[in-house]
Amino acid sequence: MSEEKNSQHQEDRRNYWRTNLRVIFGCLIVWALVSLGLGIVWAEPLNALSLGGYPLGFWFAQQGSIYTFLVLIFFYAWRMNKLDKEFNVDEE
Amino acid sequence: MSLQVMSFLVVGLTFALYIGIAFWARTGSTSEFYVAGKGIHPVANGMATAADWMSAASFISMAGLIAFLGYSGGAYLMGWTGGYVLMALLLAPYLRKFGKFTVPEFIGDRFYSKTARVIAVISLLVISITYVIGQMRGVGIAFSNLLNVPISIGLISGMVVVFLYAVFGGMKGITYTQIAQYCVMIFAYTVPAVFIALQLTGNPIPQLALGSTAAGTDTYLLEALDNTLVDLGFAAYTSLSGMSQINMFLLTLSLMIGTAGLPHVIVRFFTVPKIRDARKSAGWSLVFIALLYTTAPAVGAMAMWNFVKTVQPGEVGSAEGNIHLDNLPEWTERWQQTGLLAFEDKNNDGRVQYYNDENEEFAAMAREEWGWEGNEVTTLDRDIMVLANPGIAGLPNWVIALVAAGGIAAALSTAAGLLLAISSSISHDLLKGVWMPNISEKNEMRAARLSMAGAILLAGYLGLNPPGFAAEVVALAFGFAAASLFPVLMMGIFMKSVNKQGAIAGMLAGLISTALYIFTYKGWFFIPGTNMLPDTADYWLFGINTGSFGAVGAGINFLVAILVSRVTAETPEHIKAMVEEVRVPRAA
Repeated sequence: MSEEKNSQHQEDRRNYWRTNLRVIFGCLIVWALVSLGLGIVWAEPLNALSLGGYPLGFWFAQQGSIYTFLVLIFFYAWRMNKLDKEFNVDEE
Repeated sequence: MSLQVMSFLVVGLTFALYIGIAFWARTGSTSEFYVAGKGIHPVANGMATAADWMSAASFISMAGLIAFLGYSGGAYLMGWTGGYVLMALLLAPYLRKFGKFTVPEFIGDRFYSKTARVIAVISLLVISITYVIGQMRGVGIAFSNLLNVPISIGLISGMVVVFLYAVFGGMKGITYTQIAQYCVMIFAYTVPAVFIALQLTGNPIPQLALGSTAAGTDTYLLEALDNTLVDLGFAAYTSLSGMSQINMFLLTLSLMIGTAGLPHVIVRFFTVPKIRDARKSAGWSLVFIALLYTTAPAVGAMAMWNFVKTVQPGEVGSAEGNIHLDNLPEWTERWQQTGLLAFEDKNNDGRVQYYNDENEEFAAMAREEWGWEGNEVTTLDRDIMVLANPGIAGLPNWVIALVAAGGIAAALSTAAGLLLAISSSISHDLLKGVWMPNISEKNEMRAARLSMAGAILLAGYLGLNPPGFAAEVVALAFGFAAASLFPVLMMGIFMKSVNKQGAIAGMLAGLISTALYIFTYKGWFFIPGTNMLPDTADYWLFGINTGSFGAVGAGINFLVAILVSRVTAETPEHIKAMVEEVRVPRAA
């Protein structure tokens, strides 16, 4: 591999990893805000609102967080599988 | 058909199924034994992981725990599911890319240190053995309370079945059996839940029913439950109670990090063919787990509502408001015989009063106004909230038999996963990795099977003679997983600068600080009376409960590892290159 090609390759790797870290960071922010935030820290004021018969803070603690976790994991899998293709590092 | 015969038939059929699968999925190589030859489809792997993860505690005890804690029980729901996000984003794809068999193996290779690997094995063994004791107890409880069989006989039949499919089938046998066990478990859990939801609200979907109005009224079920509990001197169901907000926060976080650090769950993501499968498989696991975990809050709240309404059918405080002892429904008799439920007519009025007599103001008022002399439901074990559910709803005997089979499936599937983690860390990490590097594959397999058999015997023995502290130790297992394994795994992937010395110091600091904190309040090695400080909120450091300390231990691990790495020799180049390789699915 030539010098130039090698540094291009290094650069690609760095970009791939940086994008990955950004996606992870974004997902974890949502993860923490919904469960620890809406489900615990802000649960009491949120309970003034309701979703059907559920006080909203209670709903986030016992239902909503779990649904959010599911969406996050599948979003991350989809986003990263796409990223793998963009950077040509996907498994054949 | 009598309940007894029906139960034996259903449980017997499920056992026959598990043994049939074991015969079909015999293994030949170490790769098949440790990681099922890395050939499990991600959806199938997700289902097996869900069964592996959901233990006897999830199936039998969790809904009851939520029933008594109300809103605060959300800490367990969020903690035990939120960990999967950490696992899917921070660990699973990279550990799968690394492509080896065990969790300590990664730690040993990444931190180029046998010492680090041995410390990881020790924490894995502590975590897994304490956890497996609980499963063996779960098998015993399901047999003794639902089938009226002595605990010892139930336990031994459970051990024989696990022995057959785990020792001969390894990870491959365990995985396919777990898929069957998941189906039994989820069916057994949702059938009674659907019927009870239908009875109470007219809506058959438990997740929606909990947010619906009580059948025949305009009042929402949760609102009615809140009001009734407050009328009886308890905290409202949907309000924070039983723990402070900071403890709920830290408990949730500790359970999340602990879940992500449990070796028997992490290793499941080594079994799928590709890295993209590892990412998705964590999602599928959570889908199957969420089916039960989003049903549990409905089961808990509705069981609580049913129980309160059984004891207090009329208005609180009115002379006829409480049920007469002679009118107690049939299911209460059954559970009184097991000792999980007990009544005592303290004020000799022939009726049962269930209220919060620890609420002094309310208790004094109740004594004065209504002549109540104390809470008369003297024992109300949280486990009966699930176990008695079919009886409370008046469901047929086959549903009760199914719940027994479900509880046993939950316990066996988790026990098998833990036993595999224990045996592979002994045969692969200690024997092949440290003591006898030149051992042949055939001998390693033999050692794996032998240590599996040994682990089953040990677990069975501890299940029969449980150490008095069994319940307390589970908190220790999660605390250790959070404080020792998760941080070094994560730093191993995301921080190239963390070196051998950092990882060893970090793991030890996390382990020791967590153990010290728990022992200070619970007694040295849980021996009663040896605690240095009373186990109450006034004495806790910053008011942190021992069960919530894992997150703090994890923080200490991170901090120490990073600081020590700064002042010691840099990570060697070939290790840095290895981390680079782990980070991408395929070298471009």
